[in-house]
Amino acid sequence: MSMKLSTRQVDGVTIVDCSGRITLGEGSVMMRDTVRDLLTKGNKKIVLNLGEVNYIDSSGIGELVSAFTTTKNQGGELKLLHLTKKVHDLLQITKLYTVFDVKDDEAAAVKAFK
Amino acid sequence: MCVRSLTTPRFDRQTTASSFAGFRRALTGIPQDRCGFKQYLSAMEQSVSYTLDSTLDTVDHAEEKATRIATELGFGEDEVMQISMAVREGAVNAVLHGNAYAPDKKVILAFERTSEDLVITIRDEGKGINLSEIPNPLAPENLLKTSGRGIFLMRSFMDVVEIRPSQTGTEVKLIKHVHGPSAGGKEGSQ
Repeated sequence: MSMKLSTRQVDGVTIVDCSGRITLGEGSVMMRDTVRDLLTKGNKKIVLNLGEVNYIDSSGIGELVSAFTTTKNQGGELKLLHLTKKVHDLLQITKLYTVFDVKDDEAAAVKAFK
Repeated sequence: MCVRSLTTPRFDRQTTASSFAGFRRALTGIPQDRCGFKQYLSAMEQSVSYTLDSTLDTVDHAEEKATRIATELGFGEDEVMQISMAVREGAVNAVLHGNAYAPDKKVILAFERTSEDLVITIRDEGKGINLSEIPNPLAPENLLKTSGRGIFLMRSFMDVVEIRPSQTGTEVKLIKHVHGPSAGGKEGSQ
């Protein structure tokens, strides 16, 4: 299943609903382009909803890191929402789980922005 | 019974299907229940290999093959995921960092089932990597790097990972024990 992304606004926060695979190639590029496009348009409060992401490789992990640092460097904030077990485990073993701000509840994620 | 199937087909749909069919035919009639698994493995040493182009499609196909073969050999769902991800990472390194997408350079992907292990070999035709230059992705200063986690993931998911670089390419051997630990790989010689 290839990567699909859609965005929606909730109380000034952009939720990016992701599904499929974030892997080297199309998936990673879509993620990168979407986040950069949001930042260019001034949307600097971003939640990546990964609830439907069933696979991620090291390139996909790299894209999450890139999205996080790019957003932060532009004065924004990026949070992760609804990690699947596979993604959760990967972030744990790569020690990135504590680097990201990970939420289980969308309302709480939106509310957590400064 | 001892069945050995060694082929080196070019990687296209027809030959791939054909070679894998041979691999699968070798499995036919062998009980795959967990209890009889070791006996089944002992009876069937075999291998299959593929010569692949240096493209992104190769990465996806390598992963798919690993998933199918690991599943056919009776590994559990988590182990299948670990094996397929390790193969994907190895294929990414071979295609991108080894062969650098060069159309004249190939990636060799081989699966061998021995009495105790699934042994997967991925070989590229690049310039070879310098293992001492690979940073630790878990070091605090590297945590926010956007690349450099592939070998770490392979080592995390497989029981043994051997990396042999040379001036004519790099060979990565990934080993999963049939009844070994499911994660927390031990490092082999490099």
